[in-house]
Amino acid sequence: MTPLLQVDNLRIELTTRDGVAPVIDDLSLQLNAGETLSFVGESGCGKSMTALALMGLLPEGVGRVASGKILFDGEDLTQASDARLREIRGNEISMIFQEPMTSLNPVYTIGEQIAEVLRRHQNLSKKAAWNKAIELLDAVRIPNPSARVSDYPHQMSGGQRQLVMIAIALACEPKILIADEPTTALDVTVQAQIFDLLRDLGREFGTAIILITHDMGAVADMAERMIVMYAGRKAEAGPVEQVIEHPRHPYTKGLISCVPHLIATLTEERPELTEVAGIVPSLRDFGRDQCLFASRCDRADQQCKSSRPPEIEFDDGQSSACWHAEQL
Amino acid sequence: MNYLLPVIQRIFYAVMLLVAVLILNFSMLHLAPGDIADTIAQASGGASPEMMAQIRQDYGLDQPFLVQLGQYIGKVLTFDLGYSFFYNQPVTTLIFEKLPATLLLVITAQLLALLLGVFLGVFSARNPKGIVSYLVTFIALFGYAAPVFWTGILLLIAFSLKIQLFPVAGMIDVTVEGGWFVRALDIARHMVLPVLTLSSIFLALYSRLCRASMMEVLGSDYIRTAKAKGLSERQITYKHALKNSLSPVVTLAGLQFSAVVSGAVLVETVFSWPGLGTLALQSIIARDTPTILGILFFSALVVIVGNLITDLVLRLIDPRVGKSS
Ligand SMILES: Nc1ncnc2c1ncn2[C@@H]1O[C@H](COP(=O)(O)OP(=O)(O)OP(=O)(O)O)[C@@H](O)[C@H]1O
Ligand SMILES: [Mg+2]
Repeated sequence: MTPLLQVDNLRIELTTRDGVAPVIDDLSLQLNAGETLSFVGESGCGKSMTALALMGLLPEGVGRVASGKILFDGEDLTQASDARLREIRGNEISMIFQEPMTSLNPVYTIGEQIAEVLRRHQNLSKKAAWNKAIELLDAVRIPNPSARVSDYPHQMSGGQRQLVMIAIALACEPKILIADEPTTALDVTVQAQIFDLLRDLGREFGTAIILITHDMGAVADMAERMIVMYAGRKAEAGPVEQVIEHPRHPYTKGLISCVPHLIATLTEERPELTEVAGIVPSLRDFGRDQCLFASRCDRADQQCKSSRPPEIEFDDGQSSACWHAEQL
Repeated sequence: MNYLLPVIQRIFYAVMLLVAVLILNFSMLHLAPGDIADTIAQASGGASPEMMAQIRQDYGLDQPFLVQLGQYIGKVLTFDLGYSFFYNQPVTTLIFEKLPATLLLVITAQLLALLLGVFLGVFSARNPKGIVSYLVTFIALFGYAAPVFWTGILLLIAFSLKIQLFPVAGMIDVTVEGGWFVRALDIARHMVLPVLTLSSIFLALYSRLCRASMMEVLGSDYIRTAKAKGLSERQITYKHALKNSLSPVVTLAGLQFSAVVSGAVLVETVFSWPGLGTLALQSIIARDTPTILGILFFSALVVIVGNLITDLVLRLIDPRVGKSS
């Protein structure tokens, strides 16, 4: 079976004042239809950049895909025309963002904003799109949808705004939903609600989800496979339970030891990732030919500091970019 | 009730403000040396002190200050702005006679500046390094730096003296005969230079502000959402971004509209445009107190009405305005 989405050796470069830096370097991944893949990693490691690249929405004039392929249903999106990308966005691949408070347009009602995407991609009439918008509000479990549909964003809470964003994203029943830290800005009770909704609707629509999060509980709860990112590179990847039970990268180990009860209470609590001791390399150093985690790793030796570790595959679907992966 | 209360409140404040403006205007003019008796004496080549006293008595100028003030406010509240001794006409008649010319000039200049300013602002925000963006910077610098009368005189020299495209002065050519269309065309020809001059200031303000606010909006999260929906550039710019970036421009335009009289004085003088600005200047020179007061009062009225309208438009654009978030 060919995967729904296949990313091959993706390299994304950012042009900053200090020059050009690879914010994502040599990233490959696969996503099957209907599956949930999770992205974890510290702030600044390039998770959002990856997501934006998949959407073809890298910041103009700053970010660009330098090499690699993004194959969606066999079509290379890095080569696709703007018009083709606009056809796909919001229709076959959609995205919800980290900032629910500011992601909706303040001067239009939420009904208009949901209806807009339906009219764009499904050629619905005004009336039909509006009715579908009410249905969608109901589907994302907003109480009293037929009244709330004509509310403006400022009349809703952050959690409700994120629910509206989910309604917009799922309106055209996309094949892929990219959720970029959908709950980071929200309080704990709402977080659980959003994750439950994403899981249920993902199943209902058969939508594959790329879940970017700091919430290891949510990863364990929702995802089949996960990718651990470090400084723009894939540190480790594999089936969630396996990675959590037997991490093959010192960075993953560090992440998991920060949340000691993770395995015991796999789904009950949702502990946040705390910092692994040490300093994250700055964007300027992302391109260095070495293991970027070496400065924070107690196993680091001369080899780690002088050449970049290759990705080592294990037969159970797990892979790790560490010189010492076998000993872990 | 919920909608009405703030409106009533605002109107009440507006009236209080007007009364305050009345008192201030009247007091300031009272403090200034010279009055209509001096002007009349001057015009008739000198007058005896008895005659001056007689004139002052006739016009009620010998009354105590507070009595004069009280009488004045009382009259204004019944829409009587007094009688101009200089023009021998009621001030209200005088103002309404000159008002259409000024409104025509100011509104046309404003609309031109708004439309062009917003267009230039939007266009240059989308291409910040393009030629239009530099043009906006140039217009802004020029508009801020060049005095209006200088711009006006320059245009006059270029387009009515060197190249005789447009008339030098006035609003209507009495020698032109024909139907309403021919006459409208004649007025339009007279309008071109004054409108261009007046709108040059506004254009500088609007194009720069619109570019700045548009650039800010284009970088905002909800524009990214609009892109993620697969909308076209056009829809994103004109539907999602423009409406959001318009609020500061409308606010500024409201403030500028309020400057109907002050803004027009210089331009009207340069082009001998028969409007309120010219009237204001002439009545100041003539020390025609009732007319000056009338015009000042009228300007205040325009400012207040302008603010109310601005407020209304802002509410139409942005549902958050006027509500506690
Ligand atoms: N518009 C931009 N211009 C320049 N650099 C940027 C821009 N956006 C992001 N970056 C840089 O790119 C790097 C990766 O950013 P990204 O947003 O992908 O991180 P992230 O993993 O999503 O972090 P977080 O968990 O905080 O969301 C960071 O070092 C950031 O400073
Ligand atoms: Mg991010």
